[in-house]
Amino acid sequence: MKNGKHITLGIESSCDETAIGIVADGREVLANVISSQIDIHTAFGGVVPEIASRRHLENINGVLSQALEEAQITINEVDLVGVTYGPGLVGALLVGVAAAKAISFAKDIPLVAVNHMHGHIAANYVEYPELEPPFMGLVVSGGHTNIVFVKDYNQCETLGETRDDAAGEAFDKVARVIGLGYPGGPKVDRAAKEGDPHAIEFKRVYLEPGSYDFSFSGLKTAALNHINSCRQAGKEINVADMAASFQEAVVEVIVNKAISAAREFGQNRIVMAGGVASNSRLREMIREEGEKYGIQVMQPRPLYCTDNGVMIACSAYYKMKKGEFAGPDLDAIPGLEF
Amino acid sequence: MREEIRKKLEEKNNFNWTVHNELETRDFGLELSSYLKPGDVLALEGDLGTGKTTLTKYIAEGLGIHENISSPTFNIVKEHRSGRIPLFHFDAYRLGSGDELLDIGAEDYFYGDGISIVEWSDIVEDILPEDSLLIRIRYGEKEGERIYQCIF
Repeated sequence: MKNGKHITLGIESSCDETAIGIVADGREVLANVISSQIDIHTAFGGVVPEIASRRHLENINGVLSQALEEAQITINEVDLVGVTYGPGLVGALLVGVAAAKAISFAKDIPLVAVNHMHGHIAANYVEYPELEPPFMGLVVSGGHTNIVFVKDYNQCETLGETRDDAAGEAFDKVARVIGLGYPGGPKVDRAAKEGDPHAIEFKRVYLEPGSYDFSFSGLKTAALNHINSCRQAGKEINVADMAASFQEAVVEVIVNKAISAAREFGQNRIVMAGGVASNSRLREMIREEGEKYGIQVMQPRPLYCTDNGVMIACSAYYKMKKGEFAGPDLDAIPGLEF
Repeated sequence: MREEIRKKLEEKNNFNWTVHNELETRDFGLELSSYLKPGDVLALEGDLGTGKTTLTKYIAEGLGIHENISSPTFNIVKEHRSGRIPLFHFDAYRLGSGDELLDIGAEDYFYGDGISIVEWSDIVEDILPEDSLLIRIRYGEKEGERIYQCIF
């Protein structure tokens, strides 16, 4: 406890980021430390491999000290520790899980296991203090494209997901082929602003009627075919038009499915999460379409769209309220579903 | 069609196979699934859009895996254990070298009780077991056509 407030520490290490967030009473952010945002070379020295559990191991203690410092608390004032236990890379997840168990055991405080995807949704509770379930969730990132009906803080039902490539992944791959480079999402977004979204009419893939699933693999191949045939014919590729047309095809399908889901399940709020939720065209189109049907769209700032520890702390706090605790036998589940 | 694929596989020689559409990819994947055994590593090389994940999807179907097989690009590896043999589905697209795959425990998977399929295997070829099976996928002349160069 700190000044009469409940303190939750959230640890996230499912993929590339080692991150720790500290929140008071579930929603007030006291600290948000993400390893990629601090200079690792200066802080810890040495060469750091890009994707490795080793890197998380090297980072975690430094990130923890910095988070406590930022929150101006000591570890003794932490009441609860939450940690991502899946989905993600097993070696990476294990670092966070081991750290959380150690803190829980050493300080004799409860431990809560958080699904990374529930965490992304929970980022919105921090951003919108009044927001409470139920609502329709839309999670769009490099690894996920999910429409989820969020019934309660600890209860989500997946209505649809990608059957092949995630939206963010399709952005990254097409960006690479048209020479925009990494990270593809923001670069396509920027290039598209100068292009004509109807220069190339890519087929919108809706799958069976009534399905909330996605498929972006065919669109990726169609974009590649278009580029290849231009190259073979010696025609120059208009990068801006290509980016805009591709983006439009992805965004239109996501928006239409999310709006249909909200309407079918009688929800007047769509809550977005994940890295691709920062895409400006997606934000614009979903707001416009939402307005037509009286659906309010909520989107966290880009800061809370990427992987972070605050969202894990927030989700952990509400799971604790529902009495969902984990024991010392908690294990990482790399393939954890929503 | 499937019998011909089976015959080719049983000969255990290198061969080329052309598929003209996704149905034929499915035939190939289903036949390949009954040829693979626990401990096998299947390396898949091929440009974006050549259908590495699609082929994997049909191999998984042949193994009796009922969950959806989506691209593992983001997670690097996905485990599927609902079929008759576990399937470990890798994607090295985001990696820089084989070492990074070792860091996430690739050897435990390769020498484990399941079948490992590695997309973008050329990026990590230095750490693949020597007896790995390799399929190079190329675009064919017509749209939808793919050539599988099988090096077994």
